[in-house]
Amino acid sequence: MPVSPPRLALLGLFAALAFNAQADEVQVAVAANFTAPIQAIAKDFEADTGHKLVAAYGATGQFYTQIKNGAPFEVFLAADDTTPAKLESEGDTVKGSRFTYAVGTLALWSAKDGYVDSKGEVLKANQYQHLSIANPKAAPYGLAATQVLDKLKLTEATKAKIVEGQNITQAYQFVSTGNAELGFVALSQIFKDGKVTSGSAWIVPANLHDPIKQDAVILDKGKDSAAAKALVQYLKGPKAAAIIKSYGYEL
Amino acid sequence: MPLDASDLSAIWLTVKLASLTTLLLLVIGTPIAWWLARTRSRLRGPVGAVVALPLVLPPTVIGFYLLLAMGPNGFIGHATQALGLGTLTFSFAGLVIGSAIYSLPFVVQPLQNAFTAIGDRPLEVAATLRASPWDCFFTVVMPLARPGFVTASILGFAHTVGEFGVVLMIGGNIPDKTRVVSVQIYDHVEAMEYGQAHWLAGAMLVFSFLVLLALYGRGHAKARWS
Repeated sequence: MPVSPPRLALLGLFAALAFNAQADEVQVAVAANFTAPIQAIAKDFEADTGHKLVAAYGATGQFYTQIKNGAPFEVFLAADDTTPAKLESEGDTVKGSRFTYAVGTLALWSAKDGYVDSKGEVLKANQYQHLSIANPKAAPYGLAATQVLDKLKLTEATKAKIVEGQNITQAYQFVSTGNAELGFVALSQIFKDGKVTSGSAWIVPANLHDPIKQDAVILDKGKDSAAAKALVQYLKGPKAAAIIKSYGYEL
Repeated sequence: MPLDASDLSAIWLTVKLASLTTLLLLVIGTPIAWWLARTRSRLRGPVGAVVALPLVLPPTVIGFYLLLAMGPNGFIGHATQALGLGTLTFSFAGLVIGSAIYSLPFVVQPLQNAFTAIGDRPLEVAATLRASPWDCFFTVVMPLARPGFVTASILGFAHTVGEFGVVLMIGGNIPDKTRVVSVQIYDHVEAMEYGQAHWLAGAMLVFSFLVLLALYGRGHAKARWS
C-alpha cells in the first residue's frame, strides 16, 4: 500500500516523539543573509534525508558569542570565513569540517523602482536622507558596505546619513519599510532566479570590497550528529548548489 | 579611563532621553490619571487597558508598529512630512515618542493610585471653601499626591533608561542621536569588547539598584505603585 505524504509526515512526527528527537534533528546557526536559501534547501534536505533542520538566524558576530557561551548549535553557516576559522583555532569545531558554501554579493538597494541606477551614481548624488547598512562590527555585509564607501571616497559624505541595523535583515527592513531610501543589503535578500524581485538595485562590483566568503563548519556540539554530517554533505551537493546560485551567490 | 567617548555620549544621550520622556509623560499622564481616577464613564475600562498595554506588549510589537507608522508611508510619517519635519525614525524625537508610549503605564498608574487614594472628601471640603477646580487641583490634590508624583517620575525615568527593544527597532544605532546605553552594551557584546561591556553593564546595575532603593526605601511613602 502506498503511503500518502501526510501520513508519512505523521509517521515522522510519531517517530520523532518516540525516539530521541535529537538524533535526526540538526540545530543550525544561519547568517541572516542566507535565510531564504536555507529555507528552500531545508525543504529538500528534509524530504531527501528525513532529518529535520532547525535554523536560527542572526548576525555572525552574535552567533560567535552565543557559541562561545554554550549555545546548542551543531552547524554554523557564517557570513564570513574569519569567524569559523577563529572558532576552529579555538577548538570549538570538528577539525577539517570547514568549507566555503557560498560567496556573497553585496547590493545597493531601494524599495522604490528606478531610484537606484545601474552604476550606483545615486550614492554620489547624495540626495537621500538615510543609508542603511548592517552593523559593521558584527555583520560581514556591513563591513563590506563600509569598504565600498571607503573605496568610493564617500565615507565622510555619508557619515551623518548612515543608519545601522543589528544584522543584514534589519538593514533590509529599514529600506523595505521606506524609512531609509537606500541600503546595502545582501543580493540574496532581493534576488531570485536571475533578477531583482522588487525596487531597484545596483549589484556592487566584487572588486570594491573584500570577497564575502561564507564558510560553514560543524561545531563541537554536532560532532556525533549524523544529521549535521548529512547537512554539510547536502550543502556541497548539486541540488543545494543550484538553490544557492539562484539567490545570486557565487560558488 | 574604562569608558571611552562613545560610551560617555551614550550615557548622556540616555539621561537626556529619560529626562525628556519623564517630563513629557508627567504632562500627558497627569490628566489621563486624574480622569481614570475620577470618572464613572464606561470608557474607563478600555482607556485603562490601552494605557496598560505597554506593560504586556513585547517591545518588538511597539517597535514594529512605530517603524511602520513613523515611516514615510505610515500615518504619523504622513503627518510629520506634511508639517515639513521629515520622518521620525532614526531621530531623537522619534525615540522620545517611542519611549513615551513604552513608559506610559509606569507614570500613569502610580498617579492614578495616588489620586484614587485621596478620595472625594478633601475635594468636597475645598469646594465648600469656594476653591475653583484648578485651584483645588494645585493646592489640594498635588501636595496630597506628592508621593505618587515621585514614584511616577522615578519609574518613568528608570524604565526609559532600561529600554532596548523599541530603540533597537526604530533607532538605527546612530552615535549621539539614537545610540543609548542599552544598545551600546549590546554592540560591545556583539563586537566581543567584553571589557567595555562590563563597565557599562556594571554601571547600569548599580544605577538600577540605587533607583529601586530610592523607591522602596521611602518608608512612609503611601502611594506605592502596584
